[in-house]
Amino acid sequence: MILVRVIAAILEGVLVLALPPMLMSIVVKTKAWFAGRTGPPWFQPYYDLHKLLNKGAVYSRTTTWVFRAGPIVNLAALLTAATLVPVLSSHSVFGFAGDVILVAYLFALGRLFIVLAALDTGSSFEGMGASREVTFGTMSEPALFLSLIVLASATKSLQLSEMIGPQLFAARGAVGPALLLVVGALLIVLLTETCRVPVDDPATHLELTMIHEVMVLDHSGPDFAYITYGAALKFLLLGSILLHVAFPHPAQSPWIDVPLRVIELAGLAAVVGVIECSMARLRLNRVPLLLAGATVLAALAAVLALTGSVT
Amino acid sequence: MSAQFITDAVLVLVILLNLGMLASSRLATGVKLFALQSLLLAFLPLAEEVLEGQSPGLHAFIIGAGTLALKVVLIPYILLRIIRTGEVHREVEPFIGFTASVFVGALLVIGSFAVAMRLPLPMVPVSKLIVPVALSTLLLGMLTLVSRLKAITQVIGFLVLENGVFILGLLLLKQTPLLVELGILLDLFVGVFLMAIVVYHIRREFDHMDTHLLDALKES
Repeated sequence: MILVRVIAAILEGVLVLALPPMLMSIVVKTKAWFAGRTGPPWFQPYYDLHKLLNKGAVYSRTTTWVFRAGPIVNLAALLTAATLVPVLSSHSVFGFAGDVILVAYLFALGRLFIVLAALDTGSSFEGMGASREVTFGTMSEPALFLSLIVLASATKSLQLSEMIGPQLFAARGAVGPALLLVVGALLIVLLTETCRVPVDDPATHLELTMIHEVMVLDHSGPDFAYITYGAALKFLLLGSILLHVAFPHPAQSPWIDVPLRVIELAGLAAVVGVIECSMARLRLNRVPLLLAGATVLAALAAVLALTGSVT
Repeated sequence: MSAQFITDAVLVLVILLNLGMLASSRLATGVKLFALQSLLLAFLPLAEEVLEGQSPGLHAFIIGAGTLALKVVLIPYILLRIIRTGEVHREVEPFIGFTASVFVGALLVIGSFAVAMRLPLPMVPVSKLIVPVALSTLLLGMLTLVSRLKAITQVIGFLVLENGVFILGLLLLKQTPLLVELGILLDLFVGVFLMAIVVYHIRREFDHMDTHLLDALKES
């Protein structure tokens, strides 16, 4: 019995590690489909990663060890977070009471090192990107934490795999509309943290308007592969948190649970693709309003959940 | 999806529309959001009677239909017409910035939840959300009224305030005579009608609808 669970956990881990580039591929394919193009092949992100990993890296003489550590620490932080977040099934590999805080700050740690690496290059463009990334990151954090407060008060737990697991399915009637608000707030957080339209345009080619892409201009070879894969992994992790809240599953066999989550994740990637096609990115000084909106949504949800105003 | 859940969701949506009005930078968007909010509210009297296990009576039906005709169709039509023929700047021009006013709005919402929890009521409301939502709609309407420069946004603020009164009135749907409710609707219509005429004349006289400039004395 334990052997079966170990094998299932290993299979799930492999799937979690293999899935992120595919989600990026779904986003790109959706955008191509909307524009009437065929788009790159489905496995293009994997080919890109393979190509980058086989290349050598070029380092500027002005950079220090911080620049080299950036991508590695980012990827390590995200992989650690992946062991705490219940990604596909409702169980995480590790998990303890209070691990939500660790997950949130592992995301922050990854971002910190990407930002430090960008500042280390001494390029003014990268400094600008770093400043924007930090500004928007600061503003999306309250929305994330207020959403987590709602989930914690609904499930009376501080362990992420319980907060968004079957316990949430049991508690969803008691929280009602608050959960919908949390879904809206988390969607905006997802779009901000993964640098998607309407906050940032991952396909832009103008350094002045970039946020995430401008910070990684100097990385090459394997370092750039780590960053690309890390961004995709972050999308997977935040996306699965969002989906666990939007569609709580009852406790059921992982053989039904996991394929259902994979389909939902594909759907989420398609939705992100549709958002990218159907709207332009916001003017830079309007982005704080969007993030304030997310914070207000989450705050309203927290008020509803904490005052018990919803039956 | 129980009727209770839908009523709660509608009431939460009403607050969100209020905050959306604070955040929207265009006059026409504000009017459309108000129309949407009134549309949601028009169905609440019917929903309330259904929740109490009766078939919707004539009273609730007339209130709903009156709201629908006046606040969803007629008043937005008049306001949109003024904006369209006004040929003035269609931006909102707030005293307080959009992000700041959304945050102030959120604080007001939290405040009204805190007040509503301590408010003793003579009867059990259909949904625990009715009182806090009514209070926050009132307060947010007031905020729109005082924090915007244009005469049109002040009309919208007044209308939102009245929507708050309407939600509070839902508590007393049975006790309030139909005549009073219809009187309120008629007052509202006459009020908006007069304001439309005033706004029109302000624009004719001064080429703008900016009430901020009206308190400056000018001899020329």
